[in-house]
Amino acid sequence: MKKHWYDYLWILTPIYLSLGCFNILFAWLGLIFFFVPLIISIVKGTKGYCNRYCDRGQFFALLGGRFGLSRKKDVPRWMKSKGFRYGFLIFFFIMFFQMLWTTWLVFSGAESLRQAVTLLWTFKLPWQWAYSGTLIHPGVAQFAFGFYGVMLTSTVLGLITMILFKPRSWCVYCPMGTMTQLICKAKNGKSDPDTQKNYSRKVES
Amino acid sequence: METNIRKKRKAFVMEQDCVACGCCMKVCPLGAIKVHKGIMAKVNMEQCVGCGKCVKECPASIIELKEV
Repeated sequence: MKKHWYDYLWILTPIYLSLGCFNILFAWLGLIFFFVPLIISIVKGTKGYCNRYCDRGQFFALLGGRFGLSRKKDVPRWMKSKGFRYGFLIFFFIMFFQMLWTTWLVFSGAESLRQAVTLLWTFKLPWQWAYSGTLIHPGVAQFAFGFYGVMLTSTVLGLITMILFKPRSWCVYCPMGTMTQLICKAKNGKSDPDTQKNYSRKVES
Repeated sequence: METNIRKKRKAFVMEQDCVACGCCMKVCPLGAIKVHKGIMAKVNMEQCVGCGKCVKECPASIIELKEV
């Protein structure tokens, strides 16, 4: 099959994660991975981001697929249930707003900057080497540390499920994927006749 | 008399559980499966040859081959 330019976007995942090891302020670039899928789903009403451009999905497909780092087993039933997917989205939202709240506290001067990256919402990894700034407001750096934590956490979770299940198992419960799918559902509605069912009926008759 | 001719098989998506990630679309050699309006994957039954690549690829394992 013909390769397109967007089939190489997997490179962005290692680039992003390594940039954050040198200077945490690069973490701000991660907002692109948040806004582009949202904009595509709102404007075009498709999951074009997941389907074509998602660097993380491609990265997992590469590691789990070509490099064989995946057991290629089915994900457990509960993991693909609506309850878990929406629950995880809500949990992710709460954690995201908590991160924004911490950022706000640092912005307002109520708290001082914590130079740590929180992994899996629990482990505080010391990350002070990636920050030396004096010119910028500590709040800007606090958001970067927080956002990098979100990106690192989701990549680690994705890697774990990649190894245990299928390469792109992350896609099943990815909060961005769930959110863009919800936007598409709201925008497009549950319209048009089901082609598959029609076909089965046609065959049966 | 029993015939040994295998019936035609086609891919069927359990649409309710589809996350519309588009992994199936990427591996389909015939372009027979598409993500419909960002909601679910749909198979073009005229084009599908039942090769099963999408079945293997689907991260949610919600595509299956059925005899038609």
